[in-house]
Amino acid sequence: MNFIVDAIRWILDPMHFPGPNGIATRISEHLLISFFVVLIASGIAIPLGYVIGHTGRGKSIAVLATGGIRALPTLGLLSIIALSIGIGLTAPFIALVVLAIPSILAGAYSGFEAVDRRTVDAARAVGMTEAQIIRRVELPLGLPLLIGGLRAASLQVIATATLADYLGGGGLGHYIFAGQQTQDYPQMLGGSLLVIFLAVISEVSFGILQRLVVPAGVRSPSVTSRRTETARTDLGRVEVGRTESSETITAAGSPQTKGTT
Amino acid sequence: MFKHNKGRLALVAAAVGAVIALSGCSSNNPVEAKPSSEASGTSLVVGSQAYYSNEIVAEIYAQALEKGGYKVERTFQIGQREVYLPQLESGKIDVFPEYIGSLLQALDKTATGGTKDAVFTALKAKLPAGLSVLTPAAASDQNSWTVTKAFAKKYNLTDIASLKNVTEPITVGGNAELETRPYGPSALKSKYGIATAGFTAVQDSGGPLTVKALVDNTIQLANVYTADPNIVSNNLMALKDPDGLFFPDNVAPVVSTKVDKKAQDILNKVDAKLTAEGFVALNAESKNEQKSSAVIATKWLKENDLN
Amino acid sequence: MNWVLENLPLIGERTLQHLATAVPPVVISFLLAVPIGWLANRFRRVRGTVLTVCGLLYSIPSLPLFVALPALIGTGLTDPSGVIIALTLYGIALMVRVTADGLSSVDLHVTQAANAVGFSEWSRFWRVDLPLAGPVLLSGIRVVSVSTVSLTTVGAVLGVKSLGLFFTDGIQRNIAAEIFTGIVGTVLIALVLDLLLVLIGRVLMPWLPSVSQHATRTTVRSRVAAA
Repeated sequence: MNFIVDAIRWILDPMHFPGPNGIATRISEHLLISFFVVLIASGIAIPLGYVIGHTGRGKSIAVLATGGIRALPTLGLLSIIALSIGIGLTAPFIALVVLAIPSILAGAYSGFEAVDRRTVDAARAVGMTEAQIIRRVELPLGLPLLIGGLRAASLQVIATATLADYLGGGGLGHYIFAGQQTQDYPQMLGGSLLVIFLAVISEVSFGILQRLVVPAGVRSPSVTSRRTETARTDLGRVEVGRTESSETITAAGSPQTKGTT
Repeated sequence: MFKHNKGRLALVAAAVGAVIALSGCSSNNPVEAKPSSEASGTSLVVGSQAYYSNEIVAEIYAQALEKGGYKVERTFQIGQREVYLPQLESGKIDVFPEYIGSLLQALDKTATGGTKDAVFTALKAKLPAGLSVLTPAAASDQNSWTVTKAFAKKYNLTDIASLKNVTEPITVGGNAELETRPYGPSALKSKYGIATAGFTAVQDSGGPLTVKALVDNTIQLANVYTADPNIVSNNLMALKDPDGLFFPDNVAPVVSTKVDKKAQDILNKVDAKLTAEGFVALNAESKNEQKSSAVIATKWLKENDLN
Repeated sequence: MNWVLENLPLIGERTLQHLATAVPPVVISFLLAVPIGWLANRFRRVRGTVLTVCGLLYSIPSLPLFVALPALIGTGLTDPSGVIIALTLYGIALMVRVTADGLSSVDLHVTQAANAVGFSEWSRFWRVDLPLAGPVLLSGIRVVSVSTVSLTTVGAVLGVKSLGLFFTDGIQRNIAAEIFTGIVGTVLIALVLDLLLVLIGRVLMPWLPSVSQHATRTTVRSRVAAA
């Protein structure tokens, strides 16, 4: 426990707060990197996920690709990109975007997919156009799962953005590398604790957001309706239902893959 | 419904067991393994840092010892000093190529620099019981302040002090810890009055990324190891260090008490042949020709009549 | 390619070392997480706490944990056991949540029916809850397996041997083929273990629809939706 106490003491030391290598600077660098990585990854993954979710096409490819990308070791990816383009923020940025895409993509398409097709048919029946269905039915109903994907991606990116400083990109990783190599463990653990702190804040905020975006109309009844639906079906159907839910769980990113650092 | 599956369960258990057994084949960690007692005296553990150049020297030691009739166990690529030093101290490794200046600094935070001989003497006094260091080779791989030749020409740079001539802002690059090292940017300021504009961390220990950043002028001053073949191939120049800002880092084996007189002689013979230029050439074979340490070592021993 | 051909024995050795570090955490975390997940699901009051702890555990960056754990448990830094324990903790963190979710997704009516026909809680767990939660558990362990195999490479920074050493060595020596070998090897190991898990799932849960059937069903459904 002494380690932890020393690390906390290191964080609280006012000497460590200001300056170009100060905690304030490193935290803002870390947050900026993470924010823009998730933003760019979203720009790629959300439209793609919606196309897959809405049309149902390319899903098996998407599942395969996201699985494959998840297996990619970020450290290796970072190394190979860095060897070709050199130091700076670009290489860690690309590696982190690649890391973030699978969770967001899965959140986006499973969000669409999880919308009950009978609801969509009903929307169609009352005369909504396809565009309206996407915007006013599928999108709001799928939003909690999408936010779940963003939540998972943010957690991974915040934890892994520590690698940015491997190539001079700054961020809280600086303390981890500098501390490791000079055997300054309070600094190293202090840096890690700050990363954990950011990760927890991100988790909590997304958790709240996830609850807020559930459309008022579906908030409580959704649970009951699902229960009754399965209850009505025979055993065969239940098993099929389970498969779906299992996929949704993997897809929505509630079990996320761990970032590399 | 699980009743029918007892057979399947057994099958799965067998499959899982097979995978574990398979992976268990390689789980005997050589570092943790106790030296076999029956072969004591003739079986030596040779270690190396997770640094390609250090591994080459370790492999040369290992092959030379094998030729001398010793049984050698290799445990290469074990991290940096903070990782392997405790294992060396506890007698789990018998031979380890070290760099005298850096090792002295690790053992004695208040150590002052000096000549190769002064550092060697100081190091012998600081080594923990049970370990000794043999005569250092002429080859060294030490820290340096390195610039591009073009930059040096532009500002007429020769030694570290001449960095004063530079009129543009200097961004320094190197591993994160360089910023706080006794020879880091703060020493430039306090010893020579040279102000630097910023620090960019690159965690490849003066490797290709640091070199590329220098060449691209992203950074102007970097810590590159002097035995790095990139210094020559990329038209870089290590600034002279007449005041001994950096510790001399000649290569020398640190050995345990299990390394007897005969083995010490073998290692000394190797070190006597390990010249500064020869060392850079070894590194170049690894980096430019992508040869493995075993191939490089065999060739070197043959060339130096040590087989 | 030359580098690969000249270093085949080394690649084999690193692959085995990688497996030796990556496989035990997957197996151990599964065995430990299922009972914890069951407890979390059974006793609602501890559920929140357990899941929060798991979430926190999972957000610890791996590199510092790999360094801190050996210091806490007193093993050498290059001893794989530190990395194995750290990876096991991540696996547990992930699997507990999945297990709790999987067990809670078992239909209440099914559980009640099982109770009614006289299952004890013990045998209901083994013969009703667990098989029904099986697909969810399988999907969870697959994610654990992939992420563990990928994370194992980080240990290389500390000298724990795995395919990750090809990254650190390759970047020092500027050999792109070496880094590529590390990446491809890691992905292949992840893929093979994943296939193995799918296979185990097939054998243990023969009632699951095969992938192709499932795909057809999805297509049919989406075609209906698109119509």
